[in-house]
Amino acid sequence: MNTLLLNTLLALSWIALTGTFTPANLLFGFVLGYGLLAFTQRLLPPSRYFTMVPRVIAFVLLFLAELIQANLRVAFSVLSPRLDLRPAVVAIPLSVRSDPAITLLANLITLTPGTLYLDVSEDRQVMYVHTIHVHDLEQFRQGIKNGFERRVKELLE
Amino acid sequence: MTDVITAALMIVGAFFMVMAGLGVLRMPDLFLRMSASSKASTLGSGALLLAVAVHFGSVGVTTRAVATIVFLLLTTPIAAHMLGRAGYFVGVKLVETTVIDELAGQYDLRSHRLRSKQPATAPPESDQPQV
Repeated sequence: MNTLLLNTLLALSWIALTGTFTPANLLFGFVLGYGLLAFTQRLLPPSRYFTMVPRVIAFVLLFLAELIQANLRVAFSVLSPRLDLRPAVVAIPLSVRSDPAITLLANLITLTPGTLYLDVSEDRQVMYVHTIHVHDLEQFRQGIKNGFERRVKELLE
Repeated sequence: MTDVITAALMIVGAFFMVMAGLGVLRMPDLFLRMSASSKASTLGSGALLLAVAVHFGSVGVTTRAVATIVFLLLTTPIAAHMLGRAGYFVGVKLVETTVIDELAGQYDLRSHRLRSKQPATAPPESDQPQV
């Protein structure tokens, strides 16, 4: 986190030096600061920052791709003349434990179309998810566990 | 150029909004309807807000549009979660074509506690005292 602060300060000093406060310039300052910090990495105290930043970016991109792709799939199924539905409420065993990780996972599941997060059991062992279309229960469980849950775990735990 | 991008974003946004509306109209039960409306409307309003940001192209408008999108992403799932949970407690019926309902019988309807008996590899039920 200290490295994030350092990066922000570098971006702000870039703004101060160039004298143009625009979002694009701030972003450029951030990229420049990140490059500088990555270059001088050996001199800084060890930090997870340099593994986390690419991960966060990859995560956001994956999420956006998933969101758009899945939305199109739902649009397609809503438009098809015969509704082809195989809804189910599926219990998914959880391996993430912390509050932020469960919250993030639940939000991701609800935001990707076709699945709707319903609840988590009191002991945090199982998450219940409603899905529009399920072929194979086990495959569906593994899909969530290997997709979003693994990424959330990498990110937050 | 910005006009083209604005127009494209607005069309995409409106398209997903229509999908959300159609979904609410066509889906057979509460959970499916919520499924259709909660996400398509998030993406739809997100695209519309982006169109606004691109059209005006000023810092103030952009930051507000981005902040609105972030808050939409944070709050829509929570609203959907609360509605779904409440619907389940009230006893809204799932549509007959539902393949399986693994949530059935797991809620304690008095205390609203949720148990976690796992379906496939169910360990033997133990009556541990609740903490």
